[in-house]
Amino acid sequence: MRFIRFLAVAFLALASNWATAQIDLNLARNLAATCANCHGTTGQAVGKDVKSLAGLPAANIASLMAAYKAGAIPNTTIMHQIAKGYTDDQIKLIAGYFADQKPAK
Amino acid sequence: MMKHTLSRRRLLGAGSALVGMSLAGCASTASGPSIGRVVVIGGGFGGSTAAHYIKLWGGNVDVTLVERNASFVSCPMSNLVLGGYKQMGEITKGYQGLKALGVKVVQGEVTAIDAAGKKVRLADGTQLAYDRLVVSPGVDFMNEAVAGLATPAAQGKFLHSWKAGPQTVALRNQLTDMRDGGVVAISIPKAPYRCPPGPYERACMVAAYLKEHKPKSKVLVLDGNPEIVSKKGLFEKAFKDRYSGILEYRGNAELKEVDARNSVAKLEFEDVKADVINVIPPQRAGDLARSAGLINANNRWVNVNWQTMESTAAAGIHVLGDATMSAPAMPKSGHMANQHAKVAAAAIINQLQGLPVNATPVVMNTCYSFVSQTEVVHVASVHQYNAEQKTFLAVPGSGGVSAVANVLEGRYALSWADNIWADMLRA
Repeated sequence: MRFIRFLAVAFLALASNWATAQIDLNLARNLAATCANCHGTTGQAVGKDVKSLAGLPAANIASLMAAYKAGAIPNTTIMHQIAKGYTDDQIKLIAGYFADQKPAK
Repeated sequence: MMKHTLSRRRLLGAGSALVGMSLAGCASTASGPSIGRVVVIGGGFGGSTAAHYIKLWGGNVDVTLVERNASFVSCPMSNLVLGGYKQMGEITKGYQGLKALGVKVVQGEVTAIDAAGKKVRLADGTQLAYDRLVVSPGVDFMNEAVAGLATPAAQGKFLHSWKAGPQTVALRNQLTDMRDGGVVAISIPKAPYRCPPGPYERACMVAAYLKEHKPKSKVLVLDGNPEIVSKKGLFEKAFKDRYSGILEYRGNAELKEVDARNSVAKLEFEDVKADVINVIPPQRAGDLARSAGLINANNRWVNVNWQTMESTAAAGIHVLGDATMSAPAMPKSGHMANQHAKVAAAAIINQLQGLPVNATPVVMNTCYSFVSQTEVVHVASVHQYNAEQKTFLAVPGSGGVSAVANVLEGRYALSWADNIWADMLRA
């Protein structure tokens, strides 16, 4: 009986771990998908005028976004306005997601 | 005995491997049992994106996209066709990319939605059963709001060209057929309507064409709103600096009646005779939303739960894009419909798996408008879900418009089109 109870507890722990892990992963994915209209599906942009984000180091994306947010990038057209719409935690998740994607061909 | 030696750590370790497997499984599109059937109605910015992302993220979901047209024609960039700067072929895309991903694409007309029986009926008698339904019907026109516009003859003469396709070509032909010295009137309905900056971009494109090819002609912008609805300062500057003497703007100029025989647009206190009258009529959620009983806001739009895009009128039916009762400061745009679709896609996959939905969705918008063949102005906004108010709110201090019209953003606008078309259609 005790063993069965242990198994039940273990599986509950597993199930909740699994659910949490998946939700966290999806949150990054969902946030990053808001960038795709300009930067391409999974960050793989079509054409050369807008930067592909897939496969870029997370730290680079995050620090660039922080600089946009701070208004530290001169002559920018739009990203300083968009960066201000995301929290620092959201930017971290987005950067991590794109870093994990295969670079565009 | 062996089982007893399994430590909790080992068990969790094995669990993690399972998680890894199931996540890897998400990327595959063909193997394993289906987690559910999703039918998507409408292959525009909202519906195509939904079909794409449900398949991309959900893997083993049966996704059927029902669209009445054989191919997609983009409203964004269609004003460039009116100006003569793009051809229809450049703004027309096929559904082959979605088909290659495993989306079943059905060309057909939906005649009925059976919400209780979870079935969709098509004009040819086909029935499609679903676990969750996505309805992205766009807008239809309230022609009855303008006297004289209800007849097919009037609608054939006073084109809206507010759905890209044959009407885009027809309006372009009206412009090229017009004599030099003619007048083009563009009537803009009171907000809310599809694509807030679109009519002003159109005015610029028509004026640019006339300036180059028929310089004695005029564009008359008859705005039902008291002032320019979007990017006001930038459009005012474009009208004054680029199209002075060709383009005349009038606010509070709501169209009351059209007279097809004499080609006259009647305002409250004035009749305007013009060679070409482009009537963008007031709009509401598309016909299908109405016949399915989904319209429950101002008798025009569909209220949705913004965490899932599910209609508040019918369980299991997600409504996207222009048809929705917009959240505060949220535009009716193709870009926004694409963002709605991703919120819905994430929610639907979780719902099919019995998982909680994302409690904190984010959407953003970017609209580029051409003020000349190469120069563009933008408006952008970011909207975070607010749990207290149960709606999306624009983030204070974020978003904004271009400092000045510029050619760099002209390139970004074209790139935006290529990327969003690929993001919805994989084409």
